Amino acid sequence: MKYTLIICCLLFSTLSKADIPIFEKFDRFEETVLSNANSDTTYVINFWATWCAPCVKELPYFDEYGKKNANKPVKVLLVSMDFKSRIQSQLVPFIEKKKIESEVVVLADPKQSAWIDKVDSNWSGAIPATIFIVNGKKYFKEKSYHSLQELENEINQLSK
Amino acid sequence: MKSFIITILTLFAFSATAQYKIGDIATDFSLKGTDDKMHSLADFKNAKGYIVIFTCNHCPYSVAYEDRIIALQSKYGSLYPVIAINPNDPRAYEIDSFENMKVRAKEKGFNFPYLFDDGQKIFPQYGATKTPHVFLLDKNRKVQYIGAIDDSTQPEGVEEKFVENAIADLEAGKKPKTNYTKAIGCSIKTI
Repeated sequence: MKYTLIICCLLFSTLSKADIPIFEKFDRFEETVLSNANSDTTYVINFWATWCAPCVKELPYFDEYGKKNANKPVKVLLVSMDFKSRIQSQLVPFIEKKKIESEVVVLADPKQSAWIDKVDSNWSGAIPATIFIVNGKKYFKEKSYHSLQELENEINQLSK
Repeated sequence: MKSFIITILTLFAFSATAQYKIGDIATDFSLKGTDDKMHSLADFKNAKGYIVIFTCNHCPYSVAYEDRIIALQSKYGSLYPVIAINPNDPRAYEIDSFENMKVRAKEKGFNFPYLFDDGQKIFPQYGATKTPHVFLLDKNRKVQYIGAIDDSTQPEGVEEKFVENAIADLEAGKKPKTNYTKAIGCSIKTI
């Protein structure tokens, strides 16, 4: 019985680790995430990393927003800039500890100078940064959010 | 009227995020280094230019570039000295305090001045937004290149050495072919 439990735990942990897709190439990320946007869905795509303090601070508001709107056509995607070598040691434990429910992906394409402009030409490359796709229109914000309310206000404003 | 308002808003937006552009004359400064001495660009009498790098202790992207910054100083330091500046407010990250800068400089054997932007007055003038963020100046402090050190955070993936190429162009009496690049970095912390 004890062993079954351990095996189950092991299995579960491998599964959850395998759950984090890694995009090695920006073009794949763009095809899968950005170009596939449904015009009737609101997308909130946050660029962050576990080592980025302001990102970690605002992350719960994004996750909360996703949970609160689970029954609506809303998708929150957390795009991690964590180094590939730290996914198992930092990213996975972080997600488990903070009980993050939103989908997390890793964008690991090191050729940043080539893809930052493709996300948005106004992006300096500093994180946190967020893309909102509302009614099929893309908005880019290089800023931090300090409450769920502030994030909701932003999205409501963009929806008008 | 609408376009007038937009113009005003645009002007305001630019003034709020003033950043040097290529060709601007960068300000000199007098900042304390981890050697407890004050450093200015003017101290480098024979410099043909300056590699000003905003960087810090806490940011993994900065850490990933430390060895490459040391290598830049070894290769170009006599003519294009590296001057590293930590722009962060240590109240945001204790690890970026002046004392911790000294620790890191010693640990890694920094061969370039590592200065503290006390009061955070210099980085906004340059318009640095993140670490690491490079401003390559010529001998007249004219900004010739802004951006990343090279095109890959992982050293084994580097194909284009932006800063080295820009220096090579300057040495050949030309304007740098690539004078502006972007990279992911840690946003500079103010409180």
